[in-house]
Amino acid sequence: MESLSNRKKVLEQKPMSFGEKIYLPSIAKGLAITFKHIFKKRETIFYPEELRPMSENWRGLHSLKRDENGKERCTACGLCALACPAEAITMEAAERKKGEENLYREEKYAAVYEINMLRCIFCGLCEEACPKEAIYLDGPFLEADYLRKDFIFGKDKLVEEPLKP
Amino acid sequence: MSERVKVTIDGISIEVDAGTTILNAARLIGGDIVPPAMCYYSKLEGSGGKCRTCLVKVSKGSDKDPRPMPKLIASCRTGVMDGMEVQNITSPEVMEARKGIVEMLLINHPLDCPICDQAGECKLQDLSYEHGSEATRYEFERRTFDKIDIGDKIQLHMTRCILCYRCVYVADQLTDQREHGILGRGDAAEISTYIEKAIDNDFSGNVIDVCPVGALTDKTFRFKNRVWFTKPVDAHCDCDKCSGKVTLWYKGEEVLRVTARKDVNGEVESFICNTCRFERKNTSEWTIEGPRKISHHSVISSNHYELLDPPAVIRKNPALKEANIEEFERVTRHY
Repeated sequence: MESLSNRKKVLEQKPMSFGEKIYLPSIAKGLAITFKHIFKKRETIFYPEELRPMSENWRGLHSLKRDENGKERCTACGLCALACPAEAITMEAAERKKGEENLYREEKYAAVYEINMLRCIFCGLCEEACPKEAIYLDGPFLEADYLRKDFIFGKDKLVEEPLKP
Repeated sequence: MSERVKVTIDGISIEVDAGTTILNAARLIGGDIVPPAMCYYSKLEGSGGKCRTCLVKVSKGSDKDPRPMPKLIASCRTGVMDGMEVQNITSPEVMEARKGIVEMLLINHPLDCPICDQAGECKLQDLSYEHGSEATRYEFERRTFDKIDIGDKIQLHMTRCILCYRCVYVADQLTDQREHGILGRGDAAEISTYIEKAIDNDFSGNVIDVCPVGALTDKTFRFKNRVWFTKPVDAHCDCDKCSGKVTLWYKGEEVLRVTARKDVNGEVESFICNTCRFERKNTSEWTIEGPRKISHHSVISSNHYELLDPPAVIRKNPALKEANIEEFERVTRHY
């Protein structure tokens, strides 16, 4: 039948020449390309030992920040949990006692702060909602794990390392 | 006696009893034209006239004397006259003045809303959100006070107080002996109990409800949770001291706090006693009436979608439902 669009190209198959028939030049050409790549720069990296540079607005795992004196910034105001569209954040507040002034910035602090990383969609709304600049999504990727409970990150994983004296 | 006078507020006319204040006339109309009030409380005699947030412009004094009033006047303290014309949100002058008042109220108010238990139901927060400017121009040290425990159930953060005097009127009018008042004058004024004497009156807990800011807070609820994560439920009980009509604030199965019911103006419907407020925190002690309706402008109703108008396919339509059942049976008859 005649083609309607008339854009069809009919291929002609020519018989192979002698050079093509013995295949050796083609094999040599192919191997040349292969060996050339040994001396080229590698495109892959050794993840997780090596990491690619991330964009400035990359959003990774959360971290709870400390201020310049090493005190926890979070006051458990709950605005991150309110802003969270996936309802991944829960917290419990507690009152700062006498003698804990070097640990917490304000009179209220988060005694429990949990983010369910399976629920989290890494949208960064918690970061935007935070009035105390306490939470930032500046961490690496979320790593794989076996149990669901291990994806609920508590303060032990979220809070930044204390300042070195 | 019940002489009716006509007053026009922002172009809306209403007939009210003579002697009604402009603020109450506006509340009868309702809606956006109601001036905000931080210190006036309709259930407390003598309250009002202190915070100046309810300032309005009277563009026509009355039918007899149509001259406008020379200055903005406090609507909570000014009675209506026949034929009076009042401008509230239609007057740029009023809005500008209100912005200034909010700035004044915020001079000494700390910005500790992330810590404050009142956040989310704070009148000053609402007011400054609507009328305030973003930044403060105040450069000096703000006045600070230590926290004071008024009894073992109420905490006074004097730093947050805006000196509305509502709690003083509660102490004066609801309780039989006056136990707390204002000490000092002007900038040095502060709410205090005389020699920090514990209030042990049955109705003293109402100072928490009348406080428009977080100066007087419930110690039993202190830092327990944020108000917008709790679920308000109306309940009542047989109480021999008060009406027993309250709002329970639930988190899960637990009653975190008990407050009086607040109406559209943020005023309590009826004062409740301390036993209801502080002691009865078990569901078994209450008869539940149903969820409390919270204005959808409030942060408390955020993430609660029951007020949304459902789309036509979800909306209950008995005819459609019946047709669907019939259709389903016809299609699946042969299986």
